Amino acid sequence: MAELTELLWIVAKIGAIIGPLIIAVAYMTYAERRILGWIQDRHGCNTVGPFGLLQPFADVFKLLLKEVTVPASANKFLFVVAPMLALMPALAAWAVIPFADGWVLADINAGLLYILAMTSLGVYGIILAGWASNSKYALLSTMRSGAQVISYEIAMGFALVGVLMTAGSLNLSDIVNAQAGAFWNWYWLPLLPLFVVYWISGVAETNRAPFDVAEGESEIVAGFHVEYSGSAFALFFLAEYMNMILISALATIMFFGGWYSPFTGIPVLGPMFDWVPGIVWFLLKTAFFLFCYVWFRGTFPRYRYDQIMRLGWKVLIPVTVVWLVVVAVFHITGFGPWY
Amino acid sequence: MLENYLPILVFIVIGLVIGTALLAVGYVLGPRKPSEGKLAAYECGFEAFEDSRMKFDVRYYLVAILFIIFDLEIAFLFPWAIVLDDIGLFGFAAMGIFLAILLLGFLYEWKKGALEWE
Repeated sequence: MAELTELLWIVAKIGAIIGPLIIAVAYMTYAERRILGWIQDRHGCNTVGPFGLLQPFADVFKLLLKEVTVPASANKFLFVVAPMLALMPALAAWAVIPFADGWVLADINAGLLYILAMTSLGVYGIILAGWASNSKYALLSTMRSGAQVISYEIAMGFALVGVLMTAGSLNLSDIVNAQAGAFWNWYWLPLLPLFVVYWISGVAETNRAPFDVAEGESEIVAGFHVEYSGSAFALFFLAEYMNMILISALATIMFFGGWYSPFTGIPVLGPMFDWVPGIVWFLLKTAFFLFCYVWFRGTFPRYRYDQIMRLGWKVLIPVTVVWLVVVAVFHITGFGPWY
Repeated sequence: MLENYLPILVFIVIGLVIGTALLAVGYVLGPRKPSEGKLAAYECGFEAFEDSRMKFDVRYYLVAILFIIFDLEIAFLFPWAIVLDDIGLFGFAAMGIFLAILLLGFLYEWKKGALEWE
């Protein structure tokens, strides 16, 4: 009986994470279209409901009511399994994210390792989808996406090693607590080059503009999910946006002090904002990074594929390796106020 | 220790259930009127010229092989970074030698043109 209540309790907590997450994805698509609209001097969606706020729901119902086609030449089993394989790791990675002090589902010591494992699994969904579709566009996109994601994973891994060295723990809550204090104590300042590399790799890992050659709607017409329709397409869409939110949340946790207030340590403002709960700061910071995603999409032209590979291998990896040695030397010698 | 991982297992199962449920809802609610043109692979309106599982550039393989080496390196760096305080200068020197050997290999690849795309 005790086990059963515990299990139900866990399921309830998971529901409390997944529910808001799906709503967040829905309104991320709305915000993206509105912000892109404003950047391009037009309105964006503003007709369904007040200010177009019901647009995401209209989209969800439309996607669920459309026909799901399976191409005749496709590998049927893998074609159906691929979207689930894309969604599962995008969801499961949220199990170890600390939303505020103590607000974490699974407080495991290998938290960051688990996150890296889950984000790496996401590429299987894309590769299987592209291969099983048996379409030229899909296959091209799969090759590009696979090579791009694994290239940038190296740079991202190196950048995170710097964070581990400074925090001395793989547990995400411990990493946030190690940054306690004013905003100049957060790791973005002592690890600034690593943060820049992390953020660029994060955008590339999620296949977003300006690194969206895997989708490249103007050349390979949406790439790996060109053959998907209806709810199968919706799964890929959910997975992509959940990954974006995850990368933003990780940027907050690893480099921007998680749930800590940015006004701590400032004479008048600090005590003024003391009453704000930690989760509000966490969500605000995450929302800022999500805004950056849309901002990049609205303002940067797409990279060419050879430029993407050059940036990943010849710029980001050397920069992170050098800065890793610098951080290690600082750490050993106890240089500066942070280490 | 291990019971901390139970919520993760439950989460993964629920993730799979949600994926299956959404697909099932799509199959049940959506119409199904297959036709030959609809089920053909999309190729800008043309009939597909040949099988799409064609030859592709060997450099994609090369990138994957290089990735394995570097990802292993990261797997070594993770535990090292955690305990750097305890192992001190000796650990730092050991990892320095390891990194130097790998960087030599990286420079060799670079000079050989394994990282070139044109």
